[in-house]
Amino acid sequence: MNAHTAIFPILIPLIAALLQLASRDLGLSIQRGIGLSAALLGILSAVWLLQLADGGSILVYALGDWAAPVGIVLVVDRLAAGMALLTALLAGASLLYASGGFDKRGRHFHPLFQLQIMGIQGAFLTGDLFNLFVFFEVMLLASYTLLAHGGGLARSRASLSYVVLNLAGSALFLIALGLLYGTLGTLNLADVALRLQTAEHDIALARLAGALLIAVFALKAALLPLSFWLPHTYAAAGAPVAALFVIMTKVGIVAILRVQAIAFAPSPTMADLLTDWLTPLALMTVLFAALGALVATRLRYFAAWLVLASAGTLLITPAHAQADITAAALYYLVQSTFIGAAFFLLAELIAERRGEVADAIQSGPSFQSPWLAMGFFIAAITAAGLPPFSGFLGKLMLLASLRETAAGAAIWIVLLTAGFLIIVALSRTGSRLFWQHNPQTQALVTPATPWQSVLAVLLLIAAGPLLAIFARPVADYAARAATQLHAPGAYVNGVLGTSGHLIVREARP
Amino acid sequence: MEAIVATAIGILTACGIFLMLRARTFPVVLGLTLLSYAVNLFLFASGRLMLDAPPLIRAGARYTDPLPQALVLTAIVIGFGMTAYLLMVALRAMAETGDDHVDGREKS
Repeated sequence: MNAHTAIFPILIPLIAALLQLASRDLGLSIQRGIGLSAALLGILSAVWLLQLADGGSILVYALGDWAAPVGIVLVVDRLAAGMALLTALLAGASLLYASGGFDKRGRHFHPLFQLQIMGIQGAFLTGDLFNLFVFFEVMLLASYTLLAHGGGLARSRASLSYVVLNLAGSALFLIALGLLYGTLGTLNLADVALRLQTAEHDIALARLAGALLIAVFALKAALLPLSFWLPHTYAAAGAPVAALFVIMTKVGIVAILRVQAIAFAPSPTMADLLTDWLTPLALMTVLFAALGALVATRLRYFAAWLVLASAGTLLITPAHAQADITAAALYYLVQSTFIGAAFFLLAELIAERRGEVADAIQSGPSFQSPWLAMGFFIAAITAAGLPPFSGFLGKLMLLASLRETAAGAAIWIVLLTAGFLIIVALSRTGSRLFWQHNPQTQALVTPATPWQSVLAVLLLIAAGPLLAIFARPVADYAARAATQLHAPGAYVNGVLGTSGHLIVREARP
Repeated sequence: MEAIVATAIGILTACGIFLMLRARTFPVVLGLTLLSYAVNLFLFASGRLMLDAPPLIRAGARYTDPLPQALVLTAIVIGFGMTAYLLMVALRAMAETGDDHVDGREKS
């Protein structure tokens, strides 16, 4: 049974989606039941996977029972298992929120949501680059339709540019894979890593392929010149969909981290591929996002800018390829995912209470909702990186680990400046939303918020304090995951076997 | 043969990118289609171009690499589905905004 655990996070949502498609005439409660049980099972299987992976060995699951590098394998190390658990938890909370009534606003919400989870989980677990492309497409196709869920002019517009951009990105991904296969003759990540260490290939072409690959991941992760799509896309999506989308930028970041640590860093010709440009661009992304947050006019846009800021902060780290920096980044990644998602859900709950002013950041009708105000306060403190919650710890760990690096001073200046700008923006937003009342505007009768939505928001916000209280075990796990990631020999041996794994391949013309 | 295939891929890519940068949705869809043709050909060529060689390994016989063919097949299926979906999105955007401009409105 343990041998098959690696496939469970992918299979469970797939089966759930099929069941939901088959039972779509039986009513929404059945669909919700299937979806929520699948989410629960997904969390349980991810916890189980985490237990297995934390033993320290690399779990390799050969799909179709063909050994790597010929067959496609799923590879579970601590990083993959941790990301699988993060995805399962976030998906569970988003689905719980959507079960409060969002799923009624269009058709086929539940199967699409499960397929999106399947794509994300697959992207984290696969050990083959072409398989990664396929799971990216599963994830993207589901996200195209989920983005349009609920309808409306803004969503149609955002959908079009999002789909076109990602199709172009997919074309670039395929070009990178073609170059890589033409140069190295393999697409298995471990095999790629091994072949990059020998010098029997065209170095210029391999570097070009690597750079293109990173560019595609950077598009998903929203690195600055490729990040203009993010704010209006995420702001247009429905609240639970946007909450799930928060993990999609993290897919790109983790892909960069993994490819850099396993394939590029140990190779003499590729090790410097990311230095010199990734960190400056990431710093510019952080500043761009902080300025965007300052001028945001709606709370949903504000949340999207916060997501971009955390993506930029995380993108500072891969170029360094150091275990302690990556460990700090992983802790930061976990807490920023939960809080980013919480902000999108909060934005909708607040918008519902403010009538036609909705989530515009301006004075509106007064509404009495102490728990919502308190929730916003905790989420804001966490997002701003102020003590005592997890945002502060995450930022502190990152700053401490980056202090000794070459660009340490610049990183400190940018992160602290951006942090200050975000605090200003957050305090302005909070005071306009909750304190400044405009008697001219009329609140609609406050709709009763379904308990599912309330519970989902509270769970996500609770991540801020909880990740601070349990910071030690989470940070320790992140440290073990980072150490494992930056010792890629075990990964390569685990996938390809320890005995002379270079399959002799005839020379190609 | 390499020169012909390379030129074809280059021309397809250039036309595809040119059309993708247009302001109306239909040329953009056409551009993406051309770009995906170019990418498929490129992917196919990554296994090296061989004439009269089966994709089977037999002792001593010449063979062509079968893996890129499988990759191209996957890429074609995915690309086709995505293009179909993009057309639907473009039609819906036009129905809702009354305009086929990619931003949903003309710059005044």
